[in-house]
Amino acid sequence: MELLVALMVGVLVAASVHLMLARNVLRFIFGLVLISNAANLTIFVSGRLTPESPPLIPEGATTPVADAANALPQALVLTAIVIGFGLFAFALTLVYRTYQNLGTLNSDEMRLAEPLESKPSAAKQVAEKQYIARDTTS
Amino acid sequence: MMNSIILNAATRLLVALLLLFSVYMLLRGHNLPGGGFIGGLIGSTGFILYAIAQGPTACRKALHFEPQNIAMIGLGTALAAGVYPVFFNDAFFTGQWWFIGDRASGDYIPISSVLVFDIGVYLVVFGAILTLVLALEDEV
Amino acid sequence: MAEGGAEVPRLAGGPAGWVSVAIPTALFVWFAQFLPAVAAGQTPLIGFDWVPSMGIRLEMLIDGLSLTFALLITGIGTLVTLYTTSYLGKHPEYPRFVLYLMTFMVGMLGLVLADNLIALFVFWEVTTISSYLLIGFTSDSAKSRRSALQALLVTGTGGLALLAGMILLGQAAGTYSLAEIRQMGDAIRNHDHYIPILILFLAGAFTKSAQFPFHFWLPNAMAAPTPVSAYLHSATMVKGGVYLMARMNPTLGGTEPWFWALVIAGGFTTVFASVLAIRQTDVKQVLAYTTLMALGALTLFIGAGSSDAIKAAMIFLVVHSLYKAALFLMIGIVDHETGSREVADLRGLARKMPVTFLAGALAAISMAGIPPFFGFIGKEFLYKAGLEAETAQLWITGTIFAASVLMFVAAGIAVARPFLGRLPEKFKDVHEGPIAMWIGPFLLGALSLYFGIFSDIPEIWLVGPATDAVYGADVSVDLYLFREVNAAFILSMITFAVGFVLYLMHARIRDALAAIIQANPLKFDPGWDRTLDGVKALAEFQTRYLQSGVLTRYVFIIFATFAATTGFTLWAQDALNFQLDIAAELDGLLFKHWAVLVFITAGAILTALTRSRMTAIAALGVVGIGVALLFIMFSAPDVAITQLLVETLVVVLVAVAMLKLPHLGVRTSEPNRPVHAMLSIAVGTVTTLVLVAVLQTDLDLRLTEYFNATSYYEAFGSNIVNVILVDFRALDTFGEIAVVVIAALSAYALLRGTRYGAIREDDT
Repeated sequence: MELLVALMVGVLVAASVHLMLARNVLRFIFGLVLISNAANLTIFVSGRLTPESPPLIPEGATTPVADAANALPQALVLTAIVIGFGLFAFALTLVYRTYQNLGTLNSDEMRLAEPLESKPSAAKQVAEKQYIARDTTS
Repeated sequence: MMNSIILNAATRLLVALLLLFSVYMLLRGHNLPGGGFIGGLIGSTGFILYAIAQGPTACRKALHFEPQNIAMIGLGTALAAGVYPVFFNDAFFTGQWWFIGDRASGDYIPISSVLVFDIGVYLVVFGAILTLVLALEDEV
Repeated sequence: MAEGGAEVPRLAGGPAGWVSVAIPTALFVWFAQFLPAVAAGQTPLIGFDWVPSMGIRLEMLIDGLSLTFALLITGIGTLVTLYTTSYLGKHPEYPRFVLYLMTFMVGMLGLVLADNLIALFVFWEVTTISSYLLIGFTSDSAKSRRSALQALLVTGTGGLALLAGMILLGQAAGTYSLAEIRQMGDAIRNHDHYIPILILFLAGAFTKSAQFPFHFWLPNAMAAPTPVSAYLHSATMVKGGVYLMARMNPTLGGTEPWFWALVIAGGFTTVFASVLAIRQTDVKQVLAYTTLMALGALTLFIGAGSSDAIKAAMIFLVVHSLYKAALFLMIGIVDHETGSREVADLRGLARKMPVTFLAGALAAISMAGIPPFFGFIGKEFLYKAGLEAETAQLWITGTIFAASVLMFVAAGIAVARPFLGRLPEKFKDVHEGPIAMWIGPFLLGALSLYFGIFSDIPEIWLVGPATDAVYGADVSVDLYLFREVNAAFILSMITFAVGFVLYLMHARIRDALAAIIQANPLKFDPGWDRTLDGVKALAEFQTRYLQSGVLTRYVFIIFATFAATTGFTLWAQDALNFQLDIAAELDGLLFKHWAVLVFITAGAILTALTRSRMTAIAALGVVGIGVALLFIMFSAPDVAITQLLVETLVVVLVAVAMLKLPHLGVRTSEPNRPVHAMLSIAVGTVTTLVLVAVLQTDLDLRLTEYFNATSYYEAFGSNIVNVILVDFRALDTFGEIAVVVIAALSAYALLRGTRYGAIREDDT
């Protein structure tokens, strides 16, 4: 089963990379959700899969049964899921607000902070040269 | 906000049930599936349902506290549970336990700083998710 | 002291002024108390643990060398700060200046006292940064900003090299303590890394002490206010490099590479700077180049390495600090009172400023090396060491002869020229500077004379212990003015004669030099500008490509790098040598397993390919639920519940947001679609391969077993996952819930705070 899950994780990652390469930021977010799932599965599978034997100590016993599932990756994945959700929620609100303010979901059109500029103007270059007053002693 | 009488009537009951269930999940978490993360998620779904049915303003009113304050209180609770052991010369976040009753016979109630920490986690998850959802709901 | 003496000594500059004078004074007194112990051959070590986990201990190593430096730093510091109260006391930014100056002083003291290499580096950088702030103090001048940046970049780059060298040295020696390292000189010199260590240390020392070819920043640094030039750029900071070389001499010195590197760089700097000094028309620049020359001479003699050479270097170190600080302060007074520092302008000021003249003259005579001043002793010993050198005797002696002649000339230009002769009409109303200003140069000049006459005082307290510390063994130091007519003495006499002739002709020489230098195509300062322009062009070039501001390009670069590097590592580590057991893999698979795998795979592909928003969301949901089912099947109930709940919330959030967001719409024309598809497949394949490779290895279950064994006994819990979360790894969990809170608050702030003018009115 582990190998098949590994194969499936590959498909999940490929799909999410494809989505994240899109210019539509909504698709980017979908890619983000998919890749968090893929990452969680990666951690989970790395700890090996154990069917039907949760890491719980039975009533009256002091240790879990001998072949109980690996608890460590489960603990890691559990918090990762919640954090992944926080990231997703923040990204979604960001996209939402961006759309309201800029009126687009195309990431190439979001150039408010860094407008596309051509080459620095000649005047600017001259000003920069003047900024560096030179002295020619040595 | 949805104008459905059945939903409106059902939500009040559901919120109470989900809240109760979430606390149950929180408390049993140390020994059975559950805990602060799961409890917080369940508790917040109850209020999200309420917000969808009655609107975010009514939901805030029902909460009595701003959800972001709840999250911050949760963080503070978790931190306090972590700092507390330092006063007993233990390392940061070392669990402190008291057993009320007779532990040998199994007839006891355990109280621990670990439980306090889990309550903090519960409040953080609960408050953070409601902060997000209500803020987004306010927009619509 | 007609006018100056009549003034009541009163400090300008207010409380900042008092504090700035009081601190170095107190420190000077404190250090002075170590003099008897150090003269008796002890090396007090005072310290405390700083970063104990990394073995970094802050220790002060007080031996002859560091004590000499500490006394120079605090002593000259006292006089310079006193001078500054008058020079800059009314400047609106004066407290800021004092702050920088004090920071520098602490840094410089730390640098010479630190016993730990890393601590030494930290203080080294403190001096670099405070020097940057002080050179750029008049920040509204472009020239001063440029000079400051130049000094910072040159010395800062050297500092980084030095750090690398220190780490190598620390690794080689197994300790970062200087006191211990100096005991193991032979081991270091025979170590495989000796040459890299040497090169890196010298890179640091040469940049700091402005040795050729890193010399160009120092004359430019004279853009700083004069007290800074006097203090940092002649008496103390630039000697940091000299200090380092002297300090490392017992450890790194005595080898051929060390000898030639120092002797050639030092000698060349000396001659080169002497020539350029004569060429200057600004007295302060003349002094700046003679400082460069002195640093060159110190490097040269530390490199020469014989006990005589080290002794000569230590004498010259003290000699130079005294007279050079005095001369800088003197020209500062002249500048302050007349507004000019030009050799051509200044004339006959002696009548108007007698005390300043006296102070300057004392220092200048010492600089010219005329008996009975301390400078004469310095020069005699330099000559003696040069003449008795075993290797490169002619080079060393010739260099120091040229330097001494030119120092004689420079002394004349700096003092005789401005103060003697007929007073020009325009300086009729000039008067003496205030006592706070002339007391410093006067004391320093007087000390130059005093040390010359009573030469056993510096011998016993300063030069002797310092020479022992640098040479690494006891050296008999016996300073004297005159014993016999020997080769050194005759050379001195020739120096005076040649120097006097050159002084009389110096204006003509200067003009001739100017013509030659103008014609010389190799210029360092413009070369510096070209280098900076080149760096800037490179930065712009790579910014255009790597930081294009196009999201898809960033994502592409990140994933392509991941696929390439991870794929290469897998290949290089030979991790693709799989032993796949397909039969065992398929054994025991039930229908439900297949169903989940197919569901998730199909959901992912559908999400990636659909054009419909609703389909994408639904397909995402399928993936999420499928993953939750997988968790349930493979014994992770807590994770499965969490995944299900989060999946529900994702749908709720997306549904709420979608009410306001447009449809995915027709596929926006995505360029490079085939390339993107190829990259996606590549990243997916690499991920699968990594995971398969991981599954081939033996799982390390130690942590899990520890948790299983102790969960009940120590944490009193039966749900091991929960116990890990809230007890064993509670600190991690705390960090994680803090992240959740931050994410929620950020989103809240985003939604509540930043609705600046909706662009689409019809949307609200």
